[in-house]
Amino acid sequence: MEAFPSLLHGLSVAIQPMNLVFAIIGVFLGTAVGVLPGIGPALTVALLLPVTYKLDPGGSLIMFAGIYYGGMYGGSTTAILINTPGESASLATAIEGNKMAKAGRGGPALATSAIGSFVAGTIATLGIAFLAPWLVEVAINFGPADYFALMVLAFVTVSATFGASPLRGLTSLFIGLALGLVGIDELSGQARLHYGVPDLLDGIEVTTLAVGLFAVGEALYVASRHKGAPEKLEPVRGSLWMTREDWKRSWKPWLRGTAYGFPIGALPAGGAEIPTFLSYATEKRLAKHPEEFGHGAIEGVAGPEAANNASAAGTLVPLLTLGLPTSATAAMMLAGFQQYNLNPGPLLFAERPELVWGLIASLFIANTMLLVLNLPLVGLWVKLLAIPQHWLYAGILVFATMGTIAAKPSVVELSMLLVFGLMGFLMRRYDYPVAPVVIGLILGPMAEQQLRRALAISLGDPIALVESPLAAGLLGLSFLALIAPFVLKGLDRFKADED
Amino acid sequence: MNDKRRRRLDVSGLIIALGLLVIAILLRRDAGHMPPPPAYARIGPEAATNVVALGLVVLGLATAYTAWRGAGVEPERADWGPVALITLAFVAVIAIIGLGGGFILASAVLFALTSRAFNRRALLVDFGVGLALGLGAYLVFAKLLTLTLPSGPLEHLF
Repeated sequence: MEAFPSLLHGLSVAIQPMNLVFAIIGVFLGTAVGVLPGIGPALTVALLLPVTYKLDPGGSLIMFAGIYYGGMYGGSTTAILINTPGESASLATAIEGNKMAKAGRGGPALATSAIGSFVAGTIATLGIAFLAPWLVEVAINFGPADYFALMVLAFVTVSATFGASPLRGLTSLFIGLALGLVGIDELSGQARLHYGVPDLLDGIEVTTLAVGLFAVGEALYVASRHKGAPEKLEPVRGSLWMTREDWKRSWKPWLRGTAYGFPIGALPAGGAEIPTFLSYATEKRLAKHPEEFGHGAIEGVAGPEAANNASAAGTLVPLLTLGLPTSATAAMMLAGFQQYNLNPGPLLFAERPELVWGLIASLFIANTMLLVLNLPLVGLWVKLLAIPQHWLYAGILVFATMGTIAAKPSVVELSMLLVFGLMGFLMRRYDYPVAPVVIGLILGPMAEQQLRRALAISLGDPIALVESPLAAGLLGLSFLALIAPFVLKGLDRFKADED
Repeated sequence: MNDKRRRRLDVSGLIIALGLLVIAILLRRDAGHMPPPPAYARIGPEAATNVVALGLVVLGLATAYTAWRGAGVEPERADWGPVALITLAFVAVIAIIGLGGGFILASAVLFALTSRAFNRRALLVDFGVGLALGLGAYLVFAKLLTLTLPSGPLEHLF
């Protein structure tokens, strides 16, 4: 399968007028929701999922591409203008961008973030287009044991390796895995953990979990500690346009950020935090005026923003080619596929190429639309930011509830939304990461099936799990990734003792 | 979080550890009720349940150990009133939908009470805003996008 003809075919799907309309609606809604403070891209996708329920899969996935990139873009606008990053990946943007906005340079900050996102998104989407067919060729030979090993690696990296605390990350993951057990087991038909409630037999909906943890949990958390006044919204003063000097200082960080973001995003390592912080550190080191960092350096917006976008696009590589979600946002995208009983992976490339390549091509289109739409519309997004906090969270909860009952009109589902909301609140309060729960819920049952298939093929011989060199290598890597944080922590303590 | 400080015994950590162990016991009991897997399948639906239960036991013990050593950090004081109010709002929504009050009414109650939890003092105005928002959402999603939303007396007017 050649990348170029497939991509052209995808473009021919994506530029059909109806699909262009879907893309523009997606970009618009994605930005509008993503711009609201406290809403990251994962929640943006989760909240907008109901909008796509009644569309055909093609149009809906194209709208999704727009929502995905729009949500990312909206998040950085918020970070720059009110210094409330919706996710830790926009932290660097918030540091420098907000300082720029305070100094009256909000326009160039928004511009470098928009153009940087466009550059990074375009390069990364090209990366997907060329990497995906190759990975699909490789993945077609994967056996259940390989998939299982890959999923174990994703579990470990998402929860333990890159989080603040491996113990907390793993705890979150196992709560997700436990939730994933609920319902009828697909291989044997055995019902697990249903406690006589018929609604639980279908298992726990990923969207209900994500909306509960992210939206309701966040609202409860903010409400519990809103004694401190909310951050001030910085008006966009002066020109939106970047000066020649701004361009000169931005283009290299864009490219370097992309170079960090895409590969790290494409590895089953999850999270855009690492590439954004790497990019921030690199730009600080290479900058001609490192003293500007912390006071509004444009490089500190350009690099991390590009890294963030490139890594978000990178996570689509394992998602589309292997069906492996490595971030909460990717998990929501997978939920979007699953509502049509579509399972991303090598088979989908073979069976529904127009769907997959249409999606990839519309990533290009969504990216371009964002660039054209967003800078002129920045006034509108700023107005959305000015919605008072009490109405904002009240509105978010109304839409969270609506999404849940639209997916499954039952009182049980609403009760679960509340329970997950309270859980999300407590997890935030006690510093447990939320994303591993979502990954555990969606990936847990998949890993279990692959494991049982592998063992059934080998007639129960566990050696089968490490017989393929790939599976053995991945499991070994998972083990290293699991113990690495503990070893490094030990080293830290050792160093501290020495001082 | 400004007022984080170390303390000797981390009580919340111990409670979390206890919670993890309770979940592990629930999983283990559930696995105990499952029939043994047929011979061809080697391992059945109980295996994963047991593995997750075992993992939770290990994590629970590790959490208890760190809590005992007092490595925990106390979160800042929470304001529990708004949390209780939003929880109450959701209970009200569940009751309204369960009793056939419909989506729009439920939205209005949720909107007004949440807004109140965020220190806003205009309950009637917010109830009106919530009604309008619920109606708008209902018209767009139920009529335009033909999603099924719970109907009540208000919805039957349209």
